[in-house]
Amino acid sequence: MRETLRDRSRARGLSRIRPPGGLRTSATVVVLATAVLLPLVPLLVWSVAGTWRYPDVVPGRVTRRGLDLVLDGEVVSATATSLLIALTVAALACAIGLSAGRAIGLHRFRGRRLVQFLLLAPVIVPGLAVTLGIQVFFVRYGLADTVLGVVLVQLMPTVPYAATLLGAAYANLDVDYERQARTLGSGPLRTFLTVTVPLLRPALVTTALLTFLISWSEYILTLLIGGGQVTTLPLLLFAAIGSSDRTAAAALGLLVVLPPVVIVVLVAGRLRGRDDAWMGLARG
Amino acid sequence: MSHPVVSTGPTTRQHAVRRGVPERLRALLLLSPALLVVGVFFVGGVVQAVLQSLGRQPFLGENDWSFDAYRATLADPAFRASLILTLRVVVVSTGLATVLGVAVALLVRRHARGPLTTLLQSTLAVPHLVGALCIGLLLSPSGFLSRLGAGVGAVDGQQDFPVLTNDAFGWGIIAEYTWKEAPFIAVVALASLTPHVRDLEGAARVLGAGRWRRFTSVTLPLIAPPVAAASVLVASFAAASYEVPRLLGQSFPATLPVVALQRYQDTDLLVRPQAMAVATIIAVSSLVLVAAYLSLVSRLSRRSL
Repeated sequence: MRETLRDRSRARGLSRIRPPGGLRTSATVVVLATAVLLPLVPLLVWSVAGTWRYPDVVPGRVTRRGLDLVLDGEVVSATATSLLIALTVAALACAIGLSAGRAIGLHRFRGRRLVQFLLLAPVIVPGLAVTLGIQVFFVRYGLADTVLGVVLVQLMPTVPYAATLLGAAYANLDVDYERQARTLGSGPLRTFLTVTVPLLRPALVTTALLTFLISWSEYILTLLIGGGQVTTLPLLLFAAIGSSDRTAAAALGLLVVLPPVVIVVLVAGRLRGRDDAWMGLARG
Repeated sequence: MSHPVVSTGPTTRQHAVRRGVPERLRALLLLSPALLVVGVFFVGGVVQAVLQSLGRQPFLGENDWSFDAYRATLADPAFRASLILTLRVVVVSTGLATVLGVAVALLVRRHARGPLTTLLQSTLAVPHLVGALCIGLLLSPSGFLSRLGAGVGAVDGQQDFPVLTNDAFGWGIIAEYTWKEAPFIAVVALASLTPHVRDLEGAARVLGAGRWRRFTSVTLPLIAPPVAAASVLVASFAAASYEVPRLLGQSFPATLPVVALQRYQDTDLLVRPQAMAVATIIAVSSLVLVAAYLSLVSRLSRRSL
């Protein structure tokens, strides 16, 4: 299309006119897309590479060993553990976040800035430095090396995030709807379930997906509290990266990266421009 | 400005829903589950790290208060090397991510904004662990870039390729952070490049401001607060994250989070207070960054009023 335009302008003797802006734009797009996607290329290729000797740019042999590995018992059970933990964490974070979000979005109270600080800090400060100090107590109360312990510690980065996102949603909620339902005789629980939740649904779906994603990607908290006994996919992936089996590492890497990418493409349209939502993703 | 007559703030609206329970108590009740989580795990974690760095020993039951752990840590040349490496990685990767992110946002804001935004967003979703794997497969001596270089004859074997992963400078770590965080900055910058910014740029042009002048006195001041806030987030993350420096850096000197875990896992329990001292140093400096972020954000919201 652009080529035709250019040819046409040449044919009319307008060749000295600069090519239309489209050409420069598409060059920019190509350069940017390459820079962004280049690191993912070796990941994709290695996941199917049987043998790939050094100077070769393409693998000598293609294998389905990576696929077999992903369908292997150990990986399947780690996937199940990861799913169980991430779904539980997302559900709990949404429930706790709905409650806290109401206070943040609809109430005025003293100490608001402190609450804001407390709900922001765990999202930004990565968990390692914070968790080293309380690991001892997880051991003492029998929560170390358990799925429950891992779920609890993962509430630390997810709950504040959920509270912040849902607080913003509550701030835009028209409480007149709730008031009308109450006037018409609906009880508090019924009002919450049939009026409030449906009104907050878009934000709730986004929050659930993004907290799921944080939990799904978490490595260090799971390692510290799960003690290697609770095996999630990131733990398997870390071990695979440490081994010399690049095909296995790449296949596992793809398995770990696919759900987040799908989720973000799903919620992208909804998030555009709201940086408090991106905050959680930046730490992934 | 708000209209005093029409405005019914959250307070009055809420009072209309339910009278009786004081608003402050209601807010506290609603916040309590979240504050419990943050209080126990986050505040508890920081306080415990501080106490244990000062000599509290929850396992042995006897406390031995002193600043010895800090003295030993600060006197250790290995710690100083780690501190320098960590600062270097934080400054270089945050700087690169910010400059590249803003440049990308300015480049794509007029054309192809939609598809490129989706592209940038999808790399945001890549977990840092996978990012570290990708950068390793790309930049290691036998990595993809080295192979491409050999293919065009620019690289003569693995030894000829510059050491970019597990290197002394920290290029591998910097590459991962930059690759992951530049799109984050770009997304934030794109969001702040509103039609309003464009109108002001147009006005400046009409008044005779050149391209560079428009950039430095109109565009940059308008996008600076949100971009600065995002950069603070990036810096805080780069300073305290574990997986990336563990996989793409050297084990000596390693960045501070790696050192903290190394000392924590040391079989000699007497080293543990030092692990807590390093953890405290990381946590406190991150919290300072969080406070900086909040003050930037509040300045930003005041400006938009």
